[in-house]
Amino acid sequence: MSKQINVALIGNPNTGKTSVFNQLTGLNQKVGNYPGITVEKKEGICKLPRGVKAHIIDLPGTYSLNTTSLDESVAVELLLNKNDKDHPDLAIVISDVENLKRNLLLFTQIKDLKIPTILVINMADRMARKGISVDIELLEKKLDTKIALVSTRKKIGIERLKELIADYKNLSIAPNVDTTVIAPEYFKSLQETFPKEDLYKLWLVITQDVNFMPLEKNLVKDASSFNTKSKSELKRLQQKETIKRYQFINSILKETYKVDINAAKGIKATLDKILTHKIFGYLIFLVILMTIFQAIYDWSSIPMDFIDESFAAASEWVKTSLPPGMLTDLIAEGILSGIGGIVIFIPQIAFLFLFISLLEESGYMSRVVFLMDRVMRPFGLSGKSVVPLISGTACAIPAVMATRTIENWKERLITILVTPFTTCSARLPVYLIIIALVIPEGRFLGLGYQAMTLMLLYLIGFGAAIISAMLLNKVLKIKSRTFFVMEMPNYKLPLLKNVIYTVWEKTKSFVFGAGKIILAISIILWFLGSNGFTDKYENAESIIEKRIQDEGLSAFNQENIANDIAVYEIALNDSIAKNVYKIGPEQVTDSIKSYQKELFEKAKHQEIASFKLENSYIGNMGKAIEPMVKPLGYDWKIGIALITSFAAREVFVSTLATIYSVGSDEEDTIKNRMSAEMNANTNKPLFNLASGISLLLFYAFAMQCMSTLAIVKRETNSWKWPLAQLVFMTLFAYIVALIAYQILK
Amino acid sequence: MRTSIAHLKRGQKGVIREFPDDLLPIKLLELGCLPGNEVELVQVAPFKDPLYINVNGSHIAIRRSMALKIELDLIEDIPSI
Repeated sequence: MSKQINVALIGNPNTGKTSVFNQLTGLNQKVGNYPGITVEKKEGICKLPRGVKAHIIDLPGTYSLNTTSLDESVAVELLLNKNDKDHPDLAIVISDVENLKRNLLLFTQIKDLKIPTILVINMADRMARKGISVDIELLEKKLDTKIALVSTRKKIGIERLKELIADYKNLSIAPNVDTTVIAPEYFKSLQETFPKEDLYKLWLVITQDVNFMPLEKNLVKDASSFNTKSKSELKRLQQKETIKRYQFINSILKETYKVDINAAKGIKATLDKILTHKIFGYLIFLVILMTIFQAIYDWSSIPMDFIDESFAAASEWVKTSLPPGMLTDLIAEGILSGIGGIVIFIPQIAFLFLFISLLEESGYMSRVVFLMDRVMRPFGLSGKSVVPLISGTACAIPAVMATRTIENWKERLITILVTPFTTCSARLPVYLIIIALVIPEGRFLGLGYQAMTLMLLYLIGFGAAIISAMLLNKVLKIKSRTFFVMEMPNYKLPLLKNVIYTVWEKTKSFVFGAGKIILAISIILWFLGSNGFTDKYENAESIIEKRIQDEGLSAFNQENIANDIAVYEIALNDSIAKNVYKIGPEQVTDSIKSYQKELFEKAKHQEIASFKLENSYIGNMGKAIEPMVKPLGYDWKIGIALITSFAAREVFVSTLATIYSVGSDEEDTIKNRMSAEMNANTNKPLFNLASGISLLLFYAFAMQCMSTLAIVKRETNSWKWPLAQLVFMTLFAYIVALIAYQILK
Repeated sequence: MRTSIAHLKRGQKGVIREFPDDLLPIKLLELGCLPGNEVELVQVAPFKDPLYINVNGSHIAIRRSMALKIELDLIEDIPSI
């Protein structure tokens, strides 16, 4: 009894197809890609009456079987290809009660493929308000099918739909419209050439723009015996077919579908007037953008800090409770911090998709495109690119994932490729510390130089994104439809369930899709940073201990300890004078001595860590690239930080802290240590105006983020684009930093 | 009066005239942009592009360049607001 029925859900965009899918499958769903392409594949299992199960595929939204995009051709291919393991036993066409006429066009096409087809009329809850009445029984008879009147919002009609699916064998498979009448002789010769094939199916294979099913297409091309038609003739026939179908639909709806024109229709018109208004439209959009930005930037910092601290604590716990050794280090520093580096992105991704799904579900996103289309067009971007580009200012990872809403592949690819240029929050710690080091504190016209530099860096990021979009628009030769037709759907209150599913599914796809790559690279980076070729690495402890015995701690650490002790002594004496502590002079000396010892031990560990990093594989790599980064004004220490910060840009600061053996995470301490650092090659301060600007520009342009690369790999389904991004952005960053340093030095 | 969608004022309506076969993408026809159907200009985006129209009950946005190609017979003259 456990035979699975293959069911395909198909329908126009904005008919609530995904809501029906969610209602049928619940959380039993899986989202992936169709093999080799970037079209999203959603499938799930639905339990039906009498122990039957249905395997349900949610096909990409389409207005008809005449494909104009890859997404649509996926739907058509599945419906036509009987050998596909997912070829449906049953098709369910989802329609929206308000746009029934247009939705039925697709229905009649699928019905004509002789696949059992159920019609779902969704959004039934709106009928009363819109004054719509449908004679379901008569419509079922005229369309020769079964109809389920459904409201996913009110959860009505789903049980009946399940009954109908289980009974699919009783459905008629007779076609609705006889297509052959549009060109009888042509179809006659076609049938004579391919006597075994279904005529309407042949017709679809012949007329599709998108090159699918190469075998069958060639079959048709090779056959010279029937009279072929030119492209424009075929197009005329497609038009005739469309008109013919509309005639059929109009004649049916005349008898079965009534709209009371006096019913309220005002809300959409009023909302449109405000939301697409020349001034208010932009203002409202701006406020929404700011809210989204605030959410991913600000609100998510609370859970992010929590995640950060929890993973640090977990790593500490592993280190103290497991026996020391390679495996413990691998778990504590490699795996745990790798997983932490994945989980840390979840709040930002969840917040961004919460907002995006609200915008999409409510119908507002189409208005954004309407407002922004003209502005973004010269850059080869879509109106929908605005949301990813702005949210890229918080983090490029959710931003790249958000490009899924852009239907046009070329516009989507360009958006994905340029988004990492926008100044993400991980660049901020790097910017702040370098600006503090090299940009003077003065003011000009009331604006601080430091603040102005930061603002300039943000502008440079946007500028780089926009200009590279323009270039890519010229360079990328991707065939995509050049026309623009966009439906402006009705406004709807978003369904909480759909919003939650989107957030859940996006988070899941990041963690399991890109997470693998991020974890692998973090473990590699950890390995390279905690192992070395030479005895120097192995014997770091004894070498440093001997050095400290012979020469004492480094000058910087000695000075720091002396300062700390002086402060401590004053505070202690102060407390004694105020009678907070009652201790004798001997105890004071002891207390100071033990504090001194504590500081000494800490400094020793830092110097060992620094020596270890210097002699690790990464340290050697940093030294190896020194000749390359020298013309940019960097030394091998910065070279090491460039390599480690590939994990995430903010690692730059903590790596320098380790190299300079500064124990504290205190930004001021790191800053003081950095400003004292001399460049061994030039004998000038390492962080001066020239090298500082060069570093700032390098971080502005370079693709220093493995997580972004991982998500781009996932979203474009190939290594080609992330690698191109890595090479071009890094090369560009290098050249700009080089020029800046050479001019300023 | 003969005109095109791009020449409509907000709220004005027209009926689509016959047009040559290769003029419009099939997708526009499927959405209801067929000869004889009524079109209303609902809203114009800033910079006068794209245009938001209601044709045959479908609410769609198209670019000005395409709207210029779709010829209409104007049906009623609503004084512009």
